[in-house]
Amino acid sequence: MRLTHLLGTAVVLALGASAAMAERGADGQLNIIYWQAPSTMNPFLSGGTKEVEAASMVLEPLASYDQDGNIVPRLVEQLPTVENGGVAADLTSITWKIKPGILWSDGTPFTANDAVFTWQYCTHPEGGCSQSSYFDGVTSVEAVDDLTVKVIFAEPKPYPYTAFAGSESPVLQAAQFADCLGAKAPECTDANFGPIGTGPFVVTDFKPNDVISLEANPNYREADKPAFGSVLFKGGGDAASAARSVLETGEFDYAWNLQIEPEILTQMEAAGKGSVVVSFQTSVERLHLNQTNADSGLSAEERSVYNDGNNPHPFLTDPEVGKALSMAIDRELLVEVGYGKTGQVTCNVLPAPELYASTANDGCKTQDLEGAKAVLDAAGWVPGGDGVREKDGVRLSVLYQTSTNSVRQGTQALIKQWWNELGVEVELRNIDASVFFGGDPASPDTFQKFYADIEMYTNNFSGADPEAYMANWRCSEIPGPGTQWQGSNIQRFCKPEYDALVDEMAKTADLATRGELAKAMNDMIIQEYSIIPLIHRGGTSAHANTLGGVKMTDWDSELWNIADWHRVE
Amino acid sequence: MFTYTLRRLAFAVPTLLIISFIIFVILDMAPNDPTASLPLTIPPEVRQQIRDALGLDQPMPIRYFKWCVQFFWNEPVNLIEQWTGWTIGDSESRLRVISWQTRSPVVDLIAERMPQTLWVVGMSYVVGILIAIPIGVISAYKQYSWFDQFGTLFSMAGFSVPTFFTGLLFIVIFSVNLQWFPSVYDTTHRVTDWDSFWFQVRQMIMPVMVLALFNASQISRFMRASMLDNLQQDYVRTARAKGLRERAVLLIHVLRNSMIPVVTVIALGVPQIFGGAIITEQIFRVNGLGQLLIVGIQSADIPLVQTLTFIFAVLIVLFNLVADVLYGILDPRIRYD
Repeated sequence: MRLTHLLGTAVVLALGASAAMAERGADGQLNIIYWQAPSTMNPFLSGGTKEVEAASMVLEPLASYDQDGNIVPRLVEQLPTVENGGVAADLTSITWKIKPGILWSDGTPFTANDAVFTWQYCTHPEGGCSQSSYFDGVTSVEAVDDLTVKVIFAEPKPYPYTAFAGSESPVLQAAQFADCLGAKAPECTDANFGPIGTGPFVVTDFKPNDVISLEANPNYREADKPAFGSVLFKGGGDAASAARSVLETGEFDYAWNLQIEPEILTQMEAAGKGSVVVSFQTSVERLHLNQTNADSGLSAEERSVYNDGNNPHPFLTDPEVGKALSMAIDRELLVEVGYGKTGQVTCNVLPAPELYASTANDGCKTQDLEGAKAVLDAAGWVPGGDGVREKDGVRLSVLYQTSTNSVRQGTQALIKQWWNELGVEVELRNIDASVFFGGDPASPDTFQKFYADIEMYTNNFSGADPEAYMANWRCSEIPGPGTQWQGSNIQRFCKPEYDALVDEMAKTADLATRGELAKAMNDMIIQEYSIIPLIHRGGTSAHANTLGGVKMTDWDSELWNIADWHRVE
Repeated sequence: MFTYTLRRLAFAVPTLLIISFIIFVILDMAPNDPTASLPLTIPPEVRQQIRDALGLDQPMPIRYFKWCVQFFWNEPVNLIEQWTGWTIGDSESRLRVISWQTRSPVVDLIAERMPQTLWVVGMSYVVGILIAIPIGVISAYKQYSWFDQFGTLFSMAGFSVPTFFTGLLFIVIFSVNLQWFPSVYDTTHRVTDWDSFWFQVRQMIMPVMVLALFNASQISRFMRASMLDNLQQDYVRTARAKGLRERAVLLIHVLRNSMIPVVTVIALGVPQIFGGAIITEQIFRVNGLGQLLIVGIQSADIPLVQTLTFIFAVLIVLFNLVADVLYGILDPRIRYD
């Protein structure tokens, strides 16, 4: 009885909500705050997340990722697959069928030529396009007819949803950007600040690094959307005050990327004006254990250089040491202290999507200091006179570095304490993020150069397919002076068996088999203890209680479904 | 005086050229990479392409020369074109100083930020002076009175409590608890009628007062010290002996003479207005020149940082000159010729 009553109320409420959405622009203004302000509306000229997300209100890709990481059609009728003939049987091409009747915000029709042009725009050698990796392996993009786009790959591509999938690879209007190819790209300021799009909103005023004013797109393909007539997209300040403006003062409806101390966030949420939403993608805070010798006494040609395996680290190549270091860590406590509900304990470097997530390493979730000591004892590492364990004259003494960030320094301090208890000497170091991640080959402090024994940071991959990400740890990806320290195999892990798995995945189309391969690769890296995963990190945002329809995702732009957002009482 | 001004201006040219070169060299040597703030998912080859497209593959002297041409020739020509509507040469292909981060002309960015910086930071300077001068005058005239003690306390507090603290305190009190003023400054707001003017006043009060208290505490100390110096002078005794009213002695004789050093301090502080208030602008999201500079530094946007710092240098040189000239005007005994 009571339940049916409640259900009835829920139905009435839902009807009320949908009635409020019946008309475009009926819900007035939506105020969004991003504490990092977007500098342009053209995501091809800036790879930053803030620009990509701001642009996603205007520019759209052919397909998006939903809140669970599934790819869903957006401007196309259905998702091309091998079964429905959209993907060629030999996996060398994919054909997208555009929905008929889609218009740009200026009223002209959206055609396959726009997609072809976008490919030319982004792959122009002088353009410096930030998203050109989405067109890797693409030999050409063709307009078969006005509504059919065919993307042709050089080699069979088992996961073909790269170009035009996700907010980082949207479609530009050919007519607007025709004169902006290559070196001329930055000169088209008007187009870059006010791109014509197919999305629910149109830019009316763009102030770089400050504020964007948008209004509903009169030619949006769904007549009753968006519910909001205008959007004010403010940038600047810091994460804490952005959270405050939604959760405490209620001036804004949505705030993005609130990486602040968990207890402060909980306190603000208690004010009752809004709620915090978290979404987990693939970001993992992890420790990289240098597999090469980083001794400061070595020359530049040797220090942290792989040299075909002839320069191994004195003790971190021993998996038993890595195992003990991992067992000594109380990941639950790290989450509690530094992340709150925005973090989860993880034992995998590839924690999601579910298909690819291994369960083989879950033992790491509980701390086992005594067990860790036993592992080291058994491996012959015994405490010396000063309490630091040693074996054959080698002391377990590590330099542990990361970027400057209060949460990271807190994590460092805790881990140092546990390792000290284990009998490992730890020296901590933190480096300014712009230098650490800066990639300057001349700087000794970059994460690529890795002039330390252990370093900690977060990495992830965009989209939902881990193939390219797992290929990061091939032998050929090891950074060194020969490649200007470029390369993604930061911990210098090299195993021919691993490379073989990478090659196999590149040839496999079957999703279940791909899942098995990815898990096998993940387990190989984890069980060799070249990477110690710590925390699966989520994206955190907050929205006002009066804002409905938010489906927070970390797989795509958080604003991916802004057309469905609406006001609720 | 006029020839002196001209001579000083002529000297400023080589000084500024050297300054611009030093700024360029320092920025070039600093460890920064415009692609550093991009997500790690962007591969290194793409990063290299981005750097090449920005012109970073060219040697430093060539980049400096290009900046000089763009800033000292192309930008002024462009400005003249905009004001007069003329077309000078090939204006289509004339390269302006382009910000790396926004890929738009730096000068346009600065022009866009100017209004809110001048309104908020400029207003705070004016309010600060208006608070400081009466406090300074009364404190000196009634030295060691309770008012003087209070003024000293006020300026000590204003000077030593940082703006990021007072700013947050104001937000917590007036925005979160009392809900009187907005905590986020709306730069798109246009004043069209009394209501919108009142909104503008409300959104300006907190940032203006935070900065004004800081400015006032400094200037009031200068004012007080200068007044005390002059009150001991013989001409004050003479004025009183002539039977002038105390009000005239204080406000006409003493105040005018005391203003000479204070005016210099005020003039030298004006370039800081254009520099914006980095912290206060961040807290209230006024997003003026200070915020532009800090964002530029964070994203290694060298053309933007170079141009902004150079403009600050020009203003500092210029207002040093203004201060010197004002000195001569206020005190007829000082002559430079």
